[in-house]
Formats: sequence, C-alpha cells, structure tokens
Amino acid sequence: MALSGNNEYGALTEGVYYILLSLLTPMHGYGIMQNVKLLSNQRVELGAGTLYGALSTLVERGWIKLLAGGEDSRKKEYQITELGKSIVQSEMTRLDELLTNGRKLMGGEV
Amino acid sequence: MSQVVRKFFMDFEKEEAWLNEMSAKGLALVEHSWARYVFEESAKGEYIYRIELLEKDPKEAAGYLQFMEETGAERVPSGTPTKANRAFMNQRWVFFRRKASEGPFQIYTDADSKIKHYQRIYKVYLSLAFMELIIGSLNLMLIMLNTSSNIYKINLIVGVSVIILGLFFIWLSLPIRRKIARLQQEKLIRE
Repeated sequence: MALSGNNEYGALTEGVYYILLSLLTPMHGYGIMQNVKLLSNQRVELGAGTLYGALSTLVERGWIKLLAGGEDSRKKEYQITELGKSIVQSEMTRLDELLTNGRKLMGGEV
Repeated sequence: MSQVVRKFFMDFEKEEAWLNEMSAKGLALVEHSWARYVFEESAKGEYIYRIELLEKDPKEAAGYLQFMEETGAERVPSGTPTKANRAFMNQRWVFFRRKASEGPFQIYTDADSKIKHYQRIYKVYLSLAFMELIIGSLNLMLIMLNTSSNIYKINLIVGVSVIILGLFFIWLSLPIRRKIARLQQEKLIRE
C-alpha cells in the first residue's frame, strides 16, 4: 500500500488513513477490516492481502506497533503509536486544505 | 458426491472466474492438483474463490496464511498437508475460499498491492524463462563441440524444446506486464 515514499507531506491512501484511525483502539486484523468498513459506510473494503501488507509496512515505519503477547496468541493485535498519531494529524491538515480550497473556488458553482 | 474436472489454465484470473462460475452452479472446489479439479456439491454460490501467488519466503508466507484464516478465508485443500498432497500444499500458488455470506471476498483492493502481487508472478515467469533460455543455449552450444552424431541429435532436440519452453514463459509474462502497466498508469491520477 502506498505510503508515498518517506515524504511526510505525501497523501496517505484512504486504506492507511482508516487503518490508523481504527488503531486508536487496539485491534486485530479482522477487527480492522470490519471497522474500516463501518467507518466508511461500507465504501472501503480492505482485502486481507492489502491489509496484511499495509500492517507490515506500518509496523516497520513505527506508525503502529504490535502489542505484547501478540507473538504467542494466535491473533496479533496492533495499536497506533505517537508517531502514527502525528501522521494522522498532518494528513488531516492536508485534507482540510484540499477541502477549503475546493469550497472556496467551487463554492459558487456547487 | 464429488466430481472431477480436468482443465488447464494459463491465466490465474480466468481460472478464478471459472471456479466462481462453478461455485455459482453449486459445485465447490475442495481439491486441486495439476490440471485437475475436484468439486463437491454445495449450496449455489456458497463460496467465493480467490487464487494467489504467495511470497517466496516461507516464514512470511506462513504468517500470511494464518492472517487469512483469521479473516475467515479457508485454504483449499484445507487442513494440514497429507502425504498425497504435500508437494502441492508447499507450492506458492494457493487457492482460498470464503463464504459469500460474509460479504465480497477480495484479497487485493488497492492498486499498489495488486501491482505487488502481479510483480511476484511476473518475476517467477521471467526467471523460469531465463533459466530455460540458458539451458537451451548451452545445449545448442554443445553441438559445436561435439562431433559424435547421436549426442548431437539429443542436444539439438533438448536445446530447441527448452528454448521453446523459455519463450512460452515470456509469452505468459506479457499479459501480466500489461496489467502492471495499466495499474501504474491508473495510479497517476487516482488512488
């Protein structure tokens, strides 16, 4: 899943954005899939392969972490890190800018 | 009652589509081996099937298989490998199914992960092609060193057939390359 290189200002995929939001509460893989679906009103359905790849990348980057005990128990649980939270914050700022400019310039027409 | 169908596919997505058509008719795949599929009767459209090429690293693949299980997908054939299907269970091409009642079943849902999967397949085809072309050319080169007529014939036959096999794998890789290119182009304008 695209994390746009190392560029902090790059857009997150909506999948990654919703995974990060979901992991404000510790969750395992299947829970994340269900939660993302719920958050997006059934619009975003993450495939298991896509989610698996994204989780490994996000752990590698330190945006989320595997919770202790996850190695033994069959289901691995994940949680967002402080770094992950700051990434969500800057993504929200970016999205806000997009929306503000869209509204400002399209405002009269819509 | 089970039903055996012999069929050969070169495109895994066509194979997948066919398995889902069979499932829609009430025939669910329970076992498969080289060009041989075993179906059992089930409720019409009970399962959705997906085919995937796993990562090369077995440890990585094992973690992934467990993850798939957690999300309600079942590997076909299921269970631990038996003596009869062990060779097959260790292969990188795997078949999954999930109950249709659990909603749409897709393994890869965004362009990046789809591209990654196609690239794995592309690499396998290309390395097979490369290997065959080298072995084939070595055989043809041996002809020049050999004067004995019998060995010359064997080298010629082996060399030519192996090169044809190599070209076949290149031909198989072309549609995959096109799919990767199309996805990469799509990615330029939307997620």
